Amino acid sequence: MHHVTLDAWSRLPSPLHRLDARAKIAAALAVLVSLALTRQLSPELLGGYSLLITTLVLLSRVPLGGLLLRAGLVLPFALGVAALNLFGGDPGRALALLGKSYLSAYMVLLLLATTPLHALLRGLEWFGAPRFFLMVAQFLYRYLFVLSEQAQHMRRARQCRAGGRSWPAAGSAVAVLFARSYDRAERIHRAMLARGFQGHFILLDPPAAGAREWLSLLLLAAALGVLHLALWNR
Amino acid sequence: MEPLIRVAGLRYRYDEGIQALGGVDFILCPGETVALFGPNGSGKTTFLLHLVGLLEGEGTVEVCGLPVEKKNLAAIRQKVGILFQDSDDQLFMPTVFDDVAFGPLNLGLDKTAVEQRVRECLALVGMEGAAARAPYHLSAGEKRRVALAGVLAMEPQILILDEPVTFLDPPGRSALLSILHRLPQAKILVSHDIELARELATRAVFFLEGRVAASGPVDEIVERYRWDSRAVSR
Repeated sequence: MHHVTLDAWSRLPSPLHRLDARAKIAAALAVLVSLALTRQLSPELLGGYSLLITTLVLLSRVPLGGLLLRAGLVLPFALGVAALNLFGGDPGRALALLGKSYLSAYMVLLLLATTPLHALLRGLEWFGAPRFFLMVAQFLYRYLFVLSEQAQHMRRARQCRAGGRSWPAAGSAVAVLFARSYDRAERIHRAMLARGFQGHFILLDPPAAGAREWLSLLLLAAALGVLHLALWNR
Repeated sequence: MEPLIRVAGLRYRYDEGIQALGGVDFILCPGETVALFGPNGSGKTTFLLHLVGLLEGEGTVEVCGLPVEKKNLAAIRQKVGILFQDSDDQLFMPTVFDDVAFGPLNLGLDKTAVEQRVRECLALVGMEGAAARAPYHLSAGEKRRVALAGVLAMEPQILILDEPVTFLDPPGRSALLSILHRLPQAKILVSHDIELARELATRAVFFLEGRVAASGPVDEIVERYRWDSRAVSR
């Protein structure tokens, strides 16, 4: 059995984990939009947003260091655009861009770390994300574990026969994995048909959001409001 | 007694031209458990896929009096439940609950009925506490039991078990066996495990080169084809 870190985090017990996925998606979207619309990210605003998201992280019991480190993965991508601004003579904008990118990744990671993927996908579907795209994501995630296990078995089998690292061996391993995945896809489709699948997924409606969800959203909106009003154009 | 499954002169040829079934005759009566024996590639799995219309050959296939043809497929797939050899092929939904609910939702049941059926079937296989878990977090034995719950949720009259105890440890095997013993459905068991067939089956059928070569009591068939460990010395 394999666990990816985010998957393990998304099953922690915390008030944030217990919230409906839709409320968390709405909250994350609010923070992202509000960040994106901020013209100048002053140090005070940067600090305010960091404080807001970090408070939520602490509430969620997700390891802070791990989350901060992973959010850094977005920086290499942001650095390219920031460099353009820097060489264009606008260092303030370059820094703001880096800050916004980092904070956005931090927020999205917090959403992922507090919501199991299936709940997240159901939430996104409720917001109107294309169902087909979500199903592909769901199947990919479900079978990624199986695929990685197969790849590991093949690697061990190669090592047991004293096989070293080589491009042709890696190439044929990928080809074999592809062929096996293709076969598996066919078997999964058969298993779906055998249980009455007729071309579209029927899902039970998620329960309506409760007072806890609305209250959390209200609190977050208030925090964002205070942050912008208090630090407006400082 | 009217048979549940009646197959006469079933022939099937794969696209590559290989003759997989060369005129199979088979009958399954209520209350029976029939073990299918035979070498790998003798057509057992191909035969089973015809019973639910996942493959279409020439000849007669009737399930509960209904000919296996397009207009009857939905009804037939409700009456025949297949437990596939690899549970990962069968557990494709993100949570155990969603997976067991997949069949009943396809049958058009309402929310209350679906939830009740899922609860009952998970309790029947001793997995009532696992509804919110993801399939990739389950052990092999647990996966097999959840897959069985998903099949039972369709309330089938016939169960097809394809190598049901492969990869299970002894406790997992005995847990599954005690569940299977309790199920009243007529069963078709495909397995190379003679002991399992002795425990479960009331009759055995021997497949050879795409035909039914013999049918009779399990021990008689095993003896006639030396279909146990002595076969190694042939």
